[in-house]
Amino acid sequence: MSEAVFAHRIQFAFTVMFHYLFPILTMGLGFFIALFSTLHIVTKDRRYADAAQFWAKIFAINFALGVVTGIPLEFEFGTNWSRFSSFGGGVFGQMLPLEGVYAFFLESGFLGMFLAGERRVGRTLHWLAGLGVAFGSLLSGYFIVATNAWMQHPVGYELDPSGGVRLTSFWAVLFNPYAGWQYAHVINGSLLAAAFVIGGVGAFYLLSNRHLEFARLSVKTAVVAGVILALTQLFPTGDFNGKNVVQYQPTKLAAMEGLFETEKGAPLAIIGMPDTEKGILIDPLYVPEFLSFLAYGDFHATVEGLSKYSRDLWPPVVLTYYTYHIMVGLGTIFIAQMLIGLFLLWRRKLYSSRWFLWMLMLSVPFPYIANEAGWVVSEVGRQPWLVYGLLLTHAGTSTNVAAGETVFTTLGFAGIYAMLSILFLFLVARIIHHGPEESVPAASIAAGF
Amino acid sequence: MNVAWFWALSAMLTAYAVLDGYDLGVGTLSLWVAHDDDERRLVVNSISPVWNGNEVWLLAAGGMLVVSFPRVYASGFSGFYLALMVLLWLLILRGISIEFRNQVADPLWRSLWDAGFWVGSLLVALLLGVALGNVVQGLPIGPNGYFQGTFALLLNPYSLLTGLLSVAVLAWHGANYLRVKTEGALLARAEKWSRSLWWAAAGMAVIVTVATFAVRPSAGRNFQAHAIAWVLPLLTLGGLVYGFLCRQEDHNNQAFRASTLVIMGLMGSAVLTVFPDLLTSTLNPQYSLNIYNAASSPLALRTSFIANVVGMIGVVVYSTYVHRTFHGKVRLDSGHY
Repeated sequence: MSEAVFAHRIQFAFTVMFHYLFPILTMGLGFFIALFSTLHIVTKDRRYADAAQFWAKIFAINFALGVVTGIPLEFEFGTNWSRFSSFGGGVFGQMLPLEGVYAFFLESGFLGMFLAGERRVGRTLHWLAGLGVAFGSLLSGYFIVATNAWMQHPVGYELDPSGGVRLTSFWAVLFNPYAGWQYAHVINGSLLAAAFVIGGVGAFYLLSNRHLEFARLSVKTAVVAGVILALTQLFPTGDFNGKNVVQYQPTKLAAMEGLFETEKGAPLAIIGMPDTEKGILIDPLYVPEFLSFLAYGDFHATVEGLSKYSRDLWPPVVLTYYTYHIMVGLGTIFIAQMLIGLFLLWRRKLYSSRWFLWMLMLSVPFPYIANEAGWVVSEVGRQPWLVYGLLLTHAGTSTNVAAGETVFTTLGFAGIYAMLSILFLFLVARIIHHGPEESVPAASIAAGF
Repeated sequence: MNVAWFWALSAMLTAYAVLDGYDLGVGTLSLWVAHDDDERRLVVNSISPVWNGNEVWLLAAGGMLVVSFPRVYASGFSGFYLALMVLLWLLILRGISIEFRNQVADPLWRSLWDAGFWVGSLLVALLLGVALGNVVQGLPIGPNGYFQGTFALLLNPYSLLTGLLSVAVLAWHGANYLRVKTEGALLARAEKWSRSLWWAAAGMAVIVTVATFAVRPSAGRNFQAHAIAWVLPLLTLGGLVYGFLCRQEDHNNQAFRASTLVIMGLMGSAVLTVFPDLLTSTLNPQYSLNIYNAASSPLALRTSFIANVVGMIGVVVYSTYVHRTFHGKVRLDSGHY
C-alpha cells in the first residue's frame, strides 16, 4: 500500500472514530431524554423532568462536539477520497445530503428551542422540540448507514462507460437490504451505550450517597432498558446483521471468525489467536458446528473460508478478528451484567448492592469500545474493497493530495481532538459533580429501595 | 435538471451566507462591540440558539454537491485540500467557543472563548470569501479534472480582495443583526459599527467588481446575453442604497433586510459570473468543469432534486418557526435565553 493511500486511510479512520464517540451518546441519549420528557407529561412526576433537564445539559455539550467533529467527515469524501466520489457520487450521494436536509436541520434547529427551556417556549413546544431532536438524531443515523451500506453492498446502479457507476433506482439505494439491520444494530448499540452512561452516573451518585431520587431513577432505567437492549443487540439486530455479512461479504465473515479453510459444519471460535501465515487459530476454543448454525441456521451448512479467495482479496485478518471478538465478548458481558441487575431489581437489592453499582459505574467506557470495535470490523473487514466488489480502496483516494499534506493535517486534527477530549471530560465532570436540580428533596438512604 | 441544480445549489449557498453570515459577522465584531462580560454574553446569546441550524445550510449544500456534480465536489474539495482543512479547524474553534463560553463562570475561561469566537468567526468569513474568489477567478485544472491548491496558489491578490469583501459585508450584516437583537449601550455601538461598515462593504463591492473583470475577462458574458441577469447586481446596488438610508437609529430591522439583499445580490452575481462553469480551468477552457460535464446521470439528478427539494420545503417552514421563537431582544434575565 502506498504511503499516500495509508495516510488517507488513517486520516479518515482517525477522524471518523473520534467523531463517532459523540453520536454514540447523542442518538441514544436523545431518545432517553425524549422518553423522560414524555413520562413527565404523562405521569406529572417531577423526577422525570429533573432527569430530562440534567441529561439535556450533557447532551448539549456532546452534541456540539459531534457537530464540529462531524463536518470534517463530509468534507473528507471529497478531500481524501475524490476518485471514490467521482466514481460513485451520483449513487451513494443520493443518501448523503438527505442526512443534512432531513435530519441535521431537525436536530440542530430544535435543539436551541429545547435547551432554551420550558419557560421560554412553553411545555408542549419544549416537549415537541425534544422529540424533534431525538427523531433528527435517529434519522441522521439511517442516512449515513445507508451511505455506508452502499459501500458494503452496492445496489441500484449500473456500470457507466466512463468508468464510474450510474443510478438505476433511488429506492433500491434507500432500502438496501444491508442497511436495515445494520442501522438497527447501530442504533441499538447507541441506545445501549446511553443506558450504561445513565446507569453509571446513577451508580456514582448512589455510591456517593447524593441525589438519591435521581440516582435510583437512573439506575432503574438503565437496568430495565439495558436488559432489553443488550439482548436485542445480539438478537435480532446482531444476528441478522451478521447474516447479511454472510450473504454479501464472505471474506469479511471468514476474517472476523478466523475461518481460514472452507468447512462443512464449521465451528465457532470463542477465542483463539489467528496465525495468518499458517492459516490456523492458535489455542482455540471451539463450539462445534455452531458457526454454520449462526450463518445459515443449519449445523451442517458449508461456510466459506479465506483460502477460497486469493490473498490479495483478504481483509486484514488479525485486526478484523480481534475487534469482532472484542465486540461480541463485551456484548455478552453486557447481557450478563444487565441480567444480574434485573435480578437485583426484582429482589429489591439493586440500590444497595454496592459491588454491582461499582461495576455499573466502571463499565461506562466499555459500550463505547464495543460500538467502535464493531465499526472497525465493518470497515477493515471490507478491505481491500472501498465499494465491495466494485472499487478497491487504493483506487479511490485523491491523487492530487500528497501523503505529506495528509499527515500534516492529521497531526493537526490529533492535537485539536486531544484538547477537545480534555475539555469535554472537564465540562461533563463539572455537570455530574454539580448534580441535577431536584424538585423533590432527596430521600434518605434509610428509605432503601 | 442541470440548470435547476445549479440554481438550487446557489440558493442553498446564498441562504447559508445570509444566515451563518450574521453569526460570522457577530463573531467578527464581538470583541469591539461588546466591552464587558455581560455584553459579551449577550452577543453570544444573540446567536447561540440558531447558529448550529444556520451552519447546517453549508453541510446540506455540500452533500447536495456530492450527488449533483460529483466531479466538481471531487476536484474542488481535493484541490482545496489544505484550505478546507484549515477551514474545518476554524469552524471547530468557532463552534466550541460559542458552546463552551457560558459553561464556566471563570473570567479567564470566558476570555479564552471570547477570543476563540472572534478569531474563528473572522477567519472563517475571510476564508469563505477567498474560496469564492478562487472559484470566480479560475483554477489550474488539468486534463484529468484535478488541481493542487497550495496556499501560495489560493492566497492571491484577487482572492484576498474577495476575502476582505466577505469580512466587510458579513461584519456589516452582523452589526445589523445586533441592531435588531440588542438594546442600550450595545445597540448604540452596533449602530455605529453598522454605519462605518457600510462604507467598507460598499467600497469593497466596487473594488471587487472592477477586479473581477480584470481576472476574468468573460465575467460580463451572461449579463450581456440575458438582461434578466442584471437583477442580481441591481439587488446589490439597491441593498446598498437601502442600507445607506437606514443608517439612523430606529431603522434596525430595515438595515438587516438591506444587508440580506446585498448578500443575495453579491452571491447571485458571483454565480452568474461563472455560469455554466462551476470550476473554470485557467490552463485550458476544455478542462473546465461545468454543469454538464461534471454532473451525475439524469436519473440521479432528478431523484435527488425531488428528494432534497421536498425536504427543504419542510426545513424552511419549521426553521422559520424556530427563528420566530427567538424573536426579540436578547436579555440576561432567566426568562430569556
